[in-house]
Amino acid sequence: MDFSLSDEQRMLDETVTRLVADRCNPEQRRALIDERSATPSPLWRTFAELGLLAMPFDEEAGGLGGDGVDLMLIMQALGRGLVPEAYLDGLVIPGTLLARLADDSLRERWLTPLLAGEHQLALAWHEAASRYDIDTPTTRATRNGDAWRLHGRKQVVLNAPGAAALLVTARHDDATLGLFLVPGDVAGLQRHDYATFDDQRASDVELDVALPGAALLANGDTLKTALDETLAMGRAALCAEAVGAMEVACAQTLDYLKERQQFGAPLSRQQTLQHRMVDMHLYLEQARSMATLAATSVALPAEPRDYRVAAAKAYIGEAAQFVAEQAIQLHGGMGMTDECSVAHYAKRLILLDHALGDRDYHLDTVMDRLEPVA
Amino acid sequence: MNLAFTPEENAFRDEVRAFLAEALPGDIQRKVRRGQQLSAEEHVRWQNRLNERGWLAPGWPVEHGGTGWNPVEKHIFEEECAAAHAPTVVPFGVGMVAPVIIRFGSAAQQRHYLPRILDNRDWWCQGYSEPGAGSDLAGLKTRAERDGDHYVVNGQKTWTTLGQHANMMFCLVRTDPQAKKQAGISFLLIDMNSPGITVRPIVTLDGAHEVNEVFLDDVRVPVENRVGEEGEGWTCAKFLLTHERTGIAGLGHAKQALRHLKDVAHHQTHRGRPLIDSSGFREQIARTELELMALEVTNLRVLAAARDGSTPGAESSLLKIRGSELRQRLSDLTRRALGPQALPFFADFLAGDDDGLDNQADEKQALTAAVSAQYFNRRKLSIYGGANEIQKNIVAKTILGM
Repeated sequence: MDFSLSDEQRMLDETVTRLVADRCNPEQRRALIDERSATPSPLWRTFAELGLLAMPFDEEAGGLGGDGVDLMLIMQALGRGLVPEAYLDGLVIPGTLLARLADDSLRERWLTPLLAGEHQLALAWHEAASRYDIDTPTTRATRNGDAWRLHGRKQVVLNAPGAAALLVTARHDDATLGLFLVPGDVAGLQRHDYATFDDQRASDVELDVALPGAALLANGDTLKTALDETLAMGRAALCAEAVGAMEVACAQTLDYLKERQQFGAPLSRQQTLQHRMVDMHLYLEQARSMATLAATSVALPAEPRDYRVAAAKAYIGEAAQFVAEQAIQLHGGMGMTDECSVAHYAKRLILLDHALGDRDYHLDTVMDRLEPVA
Repeated sequence: MNLAFTPEENAFRDEVRAFLAEALPGDIQRKVRRGQQLSAEEHVRWQNRLNERGWLAPGWPVEHGGTGWNPVEKHIFEEECAAAHAPTVVPFGVGMVAPVIIRFGSAAQQRHYLPRILDNRDWWCQGYSEPGAGSDLAGLKTRAERDGDHYVVNGQKTWTTLGQHANMMFCLVRTDPQAKKQAGISFLLIDMNSPGITVRPIVTLDGAHEVNEVFLDDVRVPVENRVGEEGEGWTCAKFLLTHERTGIAGLGHAKQALRHLKDVAHHQTHRGRPLIDSSGFREQIARTELELMALEVTNLRVLAAARDGSTPGAESSLLKIRGSELRQRLSDLTRRALGPQALPFFADFLAGDDDGLDNQADEKQALTAAVSAQYFNRRKLSIYGGANEIQKNIVAKTILGM
């Protein structure tokens, strides 16, 4: 049992933490959001130069072979800065699927430039009726000789506006699940772009596209296994991001309580507020434990991995909501304003629960698999 | 980073498990499992077995008879003891007065008392709380006035756990009423058979006689029974509060309670199905399981830090708050799982009488007969050792700087 970081991990942590501090203060962050385009930002290029984009991929795929703890450290640091870069949705999730499923020529065309920071990707899987289930899309894939026709509508495709290509889930005629690579500029793809409440970019996507035979990345069980692994990693990453954001929300709230004078004394002298602040801190520490549990579980066999990751995501959904709501409450009226930094942390903490299955969804998983009576 | 136990730690766990399987007397195990109160003889019998194996005093330095275990090994030992339904070692001698004597006592005190603690010749109780001094312990009023080679002690102590079995009490007394609150306190070792001591039972809401009031009326205590200097009793008391707090989350007990809860919910029927399959109740079990998982990792983080040389400080307060809440929640769910069967109060059974149940009762019923008593008993977890509200004050002050 060992909770210490390796020297490499400590260096990674320092590197990302320093980068976030230097390049993503609230004004810089606002500028990053305002200046977003279809191509990667200068900050993203710096990520590439520092090796951060290669970190979460196997060496065999051109990556640096980082593990769940490396990813945790990166996501925690990004969470502290609310960094408006699609590290998870534009890189880790689609990249992991490509690394697992794509052949050499597709890797060369899409994965190599992804790791070099030349473009980003996105996974298109939400649909009107799918909620958090990834394996029951209504988007149809029809075989047409050597080619494919994809027809359907995807919703809330995170990072689609910044993606050179989409990985699209679809259902074959025999109901098997398939995953397709769809270049962003293909005829018959229509994007409706918008911002999310927590300053991400997303699109609803209409698809009526013709694709070459090689666009099919994988089917059925092979695909399901790769999706489960990838989503587990993504969920663990979100847990870590939440911990980073909770740290800052707690710290800002504590600072505010010490500074804000009412009734002739700092608010931090009020015992009710002290105890509330302790409750936030308790949730933060328990969330940190759960994020650590998730990060060290992503390489386990499917059953313990999914159980622990679901438990962590369910717990952290609740913890993040408590911290977010109390951060607003303890900031009083200020916490309600767009100008107040903590409000942005609160929005992210609430809405990251809506990514890759929320607390209710994952509690359901825990309930289904509740460890039997010994 | 690796959350799994090492092969050495797992081998140690196997060794503890094998010892418990062989050494824990069946009659004692059955009582613990059923939640019945143990007699003094049963406590002592078990503690003698531990002492024979050299495992009674894990927290002591090896030269005084300790085991030399690190905090992780101590945790494994406690967890396995709870899983095996072994009695909790009565902490007042081994876990409380002994570390104070080792740290602050004279060589003569160490020579005299430590062996008697190890072989269970002395049963210690704690004379801390008073009717007017609970969370505000330094407000204690029991007076000790010097008279030649003796102190003459007058006052009242309360919440004296298992004091009915004790022949010795370690006691905080006020030796200097002029000094400021904490400064006038001394730490005395008092023979419970001294003239002037009266022990009166306090029956708690679970029907148990576990705690007592102790009245001290002109009790003469030799000056040589003072630990540390006069007026330095508060230092001893504070030392105890930070000593050996790694087990404070009660994780082994919580895990055992969760197993019991699942077992009860599995055997109870709700609308024709096992209660555990009813979604509302199952969700509540799942939520406590999440809390337990989180607390276990937090506890391991603190243990690993302690093993690697850092002193657990206010983290102990976090573990105490969340650990007590979790165990209370588990006892609450187990009581609710029982439905109407939570109502009967079999006082004799709870006090340890084997025939105290209805003679139709089988062992399955015996295993749930103490559930309501335990629910009420567990209310104490958020009160003793510094109420949870006090723990929050400590965290606010020491960690958050508020």
